[in-house]
Amino acid sequence: MAKKDAPPRWDRKMQQRLARGEAAALGELYDRFASLVHGLAHRVLGDERAADGITREVFAHVWEHPDAYDPKQGPLRSWVATLTHRLAVQRLRATETAALTQGGQGSTEDLERKVRTASVAARADYIVQSMPVPLRAALELAYFQRRDYRQTAADLGVTEDEARRRLRLGLQLLSTAHQAAAPGAPPGYGGAV
Amino acid sequence: MNDPNRFEAYDEHEDGGHGGSGDADREGERGRDGQQSPYGGAPGAGAHGSGGSDGPGGPTNGNGGPHDQGADQPPRIPLPRASVEDNGRPLPTLEGLGEPPPPAPLVLEHNVLKALLGAWALAACSAEETVAVEDHLGDCGSCADEALRLREAVGLLQRPESLDLDPGLRTRVLEGCLDRRPPRIPMPEWAAPYDAETARLDALLQDFGDAEWHAPVRLRWFQADEATSRRTTVAGVIAHLLTVDGLVAVALGLDDPLGEVSAEAPTPAARTEAYWRASHYPPTRSVRAPWREQSHDLVRTVSFTGGGAGKLSVPYGDFELPLHDAMLDRAFECWVHAEDIAEAVDYPYVPPAPRHLNRMIDLAARMLPAVLAGRRQEGLASPARGRHLVPAGEPGRSLRLEIEGLGGGEWLIPLDSPGAVGSAEQEVAHVALDGVEFCRLAAGHVSPAEAAAGQVGDREAIRDVLFAAASLSRM
Repeated sequence: MAKKDAPPRWDRKMQQRLARGEAAALGELYDRFASLVHGLAHRVLGDERAADGITREVFAHVWEHPDAYDPKQGPLRSWVATLTHRLAVQRLRATETAALTQGGQGSTEDLERKVRTASVAARADYIVQSMPVPLRAALELAYFQRRDYRQTAADLGVTEDEARRRLRLGLQLLSTAHQAAAPGAPPGYGGAV
Repeated sequence: MNDPNRFEAYDEHEDGGHGGSGDADREGERGRDGQQSPYGGAPGAGAHGSGGSDGPGGPTNGNGGPHDQGADQPPRIPLPRASVEDNGRPLPTLEGLGEPPPPAPLVLEHNVLKALLGAWALAACSAEETVAVEDHLGDCGSCADEALRLREAVGLLQRPESLDLDPGLRTRVLEGCLDRRPPRIPMPEWAAPYDAETARLDALLQDFGDAEWHAPVRLRWFQADEATSRRTTVAGVIAHLLTVDGLVAVALGLDDPLGEVSAEAPTPAARTEAYWRASHYPPTRSVRAPWREQSHDLVRTVSFTGGGAGKLSVPYGDFELPLHDAMLDRAFECWVHAEDIAEAVDYPYVPPAPRHLNRMIDLAARMLPAVLAGRRQEGLASPARGRHLVPAGEPGRSLRLEIEGLGGGEWLIPLDSPGAVGSAEQEVAHVALDGVEFCRLAAGHVSPAEAAAGQVGDREAIRDVLFAAASLSRM
């Protein structure tokens, strides 16, 4: 469930509580973000234990460096997602590079492609989880339930026009997962979606 | 978001992100579990790809169904109209001649077609619309670009991985963190079981849909040595936990979740019934957030009140518990009801961590002497025959409660007076039970007669203790 509606106040207070060294705050942080962190890490690494490891690293990092997060820069959720993505991709690249140097098959290009694919897939997951609920619901019906847009409109109780609009907009948002993060460009985890 | 570390260097390799479109498109097709796309391949490539090679029918699905008439409207070379004379049907009326025949190709405006691109990319339009869009893509560069982009995006849709997080991971992650940076405001050890059990239950609720939230649950407990039950729903159980946890909240000076609603008595059952009655509708999933918020607030507040708060007392209406025992009691109830819920929706649910289970058993064992005394006064436990009243603090006649399994241990229960101390020398009976079985007994989910217990010694004492354990249960 996307919790992006949480007010920035929650983010600010959480950061203060973590900085204060409140163990209970760490538990709350975990309860809110563990499935996000673990899910993204698992999408990148495709391995349960590796995802567990990234989850440990992410929460340890936030707990040890609560000041690294600046509430003015955006939601805590997207900051945590970015951190997870970075650590998971680092881990993937390190694992794959090690396999390559030990005489594994494939080329550096294969490695880069694999890293890129995993990275885009994770970003896409995050975009879907964070997009407005009406868009996600429309995509869910049309893609996973295989309803056509007229049925989707009827299921959602909206006009066919609106159903078409939601499907198109949802895919447009999702397609930004491919976008390179040019300096200053809104990144995939910017929380703007 | 101008932290330069936010994105990796690999992003820079993503020139435009549209390279290798062929692979991505086929990936997208596969992504739909092999569902046949009514228009074969991808935009651009697909228009003269698999769709065209399907045969003379043109780029239509060809698997029958309501859109078969689409086979009569190939987009490239319209078939000649069947002559009226050839099919034996009556001649059309004059008005009828003014109308196009039923399978006429759709002619749609650019804007309409553009608006259809999302639905088209998802294979969610009619066959006619699909054909119209694909025709248009051959002529309109901007629509073709977008179509390609959206089709690639479809390939990124994946079923959310609803991997249930291992509840043990929470403990390991949090402990790892606290080892690396010791907390300045730690969580009291006696609050840890409540923290863990509420987190486990919340994780169980995570993926519940309406069907699960409204699944019937039967709350079971023992009253006057009889099995009793009360029907509610999953949401009703969470409402029950919310209102009873509220007793601790009130004792700590937090808001009462009952708010304006007044209960007939400040007991768990009366508060729960009052809360259920106060709403015209049965509880819904909306009860989850206030329950979870309150449980977080409780853990947070007891962390701040420190060790001294253990002396605070929580009134339950007809009895009281010290704060640290009340938090253990709430952890126990949370687990017991989580099991009720899991059973109702047919999910697996495992017992608490052994060290938490051990504390819960210890609480029940510590409560037993006073409960025995109360039952004796009410004539429910065996009378004073053979009793040896001893001064408070002195060893008295005892029953050895041996709890097997992880989280188990041994407890000596003084039988004759809550003031006495358990004594191995004066052991008159020995009961051995599995830890989870003992908890089910104390929760009123197993009757004393049915509890699988190994028994040696004074039968009456054993019976009294098992019934006393069952009587610890309440709604």
